[in-house]
Amino acid sequence: MPSPRYWRERANRFRLEAARCKGCDRVTYPARTICPSCRGTDLETLNLSRKGKVVTSTVVHVGPSEFTMEAPYAMAVVETPEGGRLMVQVVDCEPSDVQPGLEVSLEFRLIRREGHSGILCYGHKGVPVG
Amino acid sequence: MAGIVGYGAYIPRNRIKSEEIARQWGKDPQAISRGLLLDEKSVPGLDEDTITISVAAGLGAVERAGIDPSVIGALYIGSESHPYAVKPSGTIVSEALGITPEVHVADFEFACKAGTEAMFVALGLVESGRVEYAMGIGADTSQGAPNDALEFSASAGGAAYLFGKENLLVEVLDTYSYTTDTPDFWRREGEFYPRHGGRFTGEPAYFKHVLSASRAILDRSGYKASDFRHAIFHMPNGKFPLSAGKQLGFTKEQLEVGWLVPTMGNTYSGSSPTGLAAVLDIAEPDDLILITSFGSGAGSDSFILRATDLLPQRVERAATVKSMLEGPRRYLTYGQYAKFREKIILND
Ligand SMILES: [Zn+2]
Repeated sequence: MPSPRYWRERANRFRLEAARCKGCDRVTYPARTICPSCRGTDLETLNLSRKGKVVTSTVVHVGPSEFTMEAPYAMAVVETPEGGRLMVQVVDCEPSDVQPGLEVSLEFRLIRREGHSGILCYGHKGVPVG
Repeated sequence: MAGIVGYGAYIPRNRIKSEEIARQWGKDPQAISRGLLLDEKSVPGLDEDTITISVAAGLGAVERAGIDPSVIGALYIGSESHPYAVKPSGTIVSEALGITPEVHVADFEFACKAGTEAMFVALGLVESGRVEYAMGIGADTSQGAPNDALEFSASAGGAAYLFGKENLLVEVLDTYSYTTDTPDFWRREGEFYPRHGGRFTGEPAYFKHVLSASRAILDRSGYKASDFRHAIFHMPNGKFPLSAGKQLGFTKEQLEVGWLVPTMGNTYSGSSPTGLAAVLDIAEPDDLILITSFGSGAGSDSFILRATDLLPQRVERAATVKSMLEGPRRYLTYGQYAKFREKIILND
């Protein structure tokens, strides 16, 4: 059966939908209903821009079985200009080149397949700019 | 008048050179680059498919149009490599572009012509007034069988066109379609690689349809080859489009901007639409443009287009085709290519 969580989260996975607190301006990704900074409940929806900067990164050499073909691959926490932070794979480059400060664009990619005949799960990955 | 209000293209960063494929199969690399005029081709990553290419191209089209995507009333994606056999690529693409839920969605298929087919229908719906905006996309991640001539050309990429009636970047002056039953190329349900019908591929298929459609639209519209600044013909290899263009009276200068196949390969449904995107990236106001696609089976769609004053102002809002073809690239060995194209069988 398709993962209900993946389907429920498609707005933030597909469109990078985040929330901005009208009380303290904090941006949270994925969107929340209560602000983690001030506990305010007056939040507005915004889509993060599809770019950001690597905050921290690591290289995965032995990943989950679904990622066997991709290892070794880089995982990074990327911060967008709005202040939203997300954990993504960084691809189309040497994994060792993914270091803090690297500018990436966030591109829509296939993340994983649910087995041989299950659904295809999409989301965003980082790609170095230039 | 209806026309193009936004467009975008996408080409993956991975490439393989013709000589690398030739070396694998003991073929003469010179014969490929001289005979077919193919130097290298794009290769999709393990995480790139028709859906991801369509999203990337579609985002460019929305950016250049500067509209709220939720007003788009129809989305059609033409491809022969839709990731699902049952479940439209358009459902995921329209969700990712922020178009859902008030949208009419369908996936089209007509070998290499499915992209212009999607554009043709999107344009018609806007012209009729049924919807305000409609998007047609052509994208593919096609495969040629190992050691088949198609392996040198079958590549990945696509382009998206958003049609509307206001703030046109490009006017559509006329369209024409020409279709017959011709067994030049096919893939039966459940087969992994396509088959092609030898002597059916050149004269009776590509040239008959491309030349017939192009001649008919020129006759009907009253334009002649010399009136056009640019012309784009479907690019299954380097030679065919140049030969078709020459037979129709076009010069090398009129063909070269949209002739992307030597370094991009044949992106099937994305081929002529991406060639058109490369032309729009550099077109000047009032330039006349002819595009004729070709899909095996077989048929051709022709469009006569005219660039507006607005077009050059909108180009920089999204990535140009040249920036993707000449930008960062990763060259693969045949082994890496075989892995990326999932020609290697693994245990569960
Ligand atoms: Zn707050």
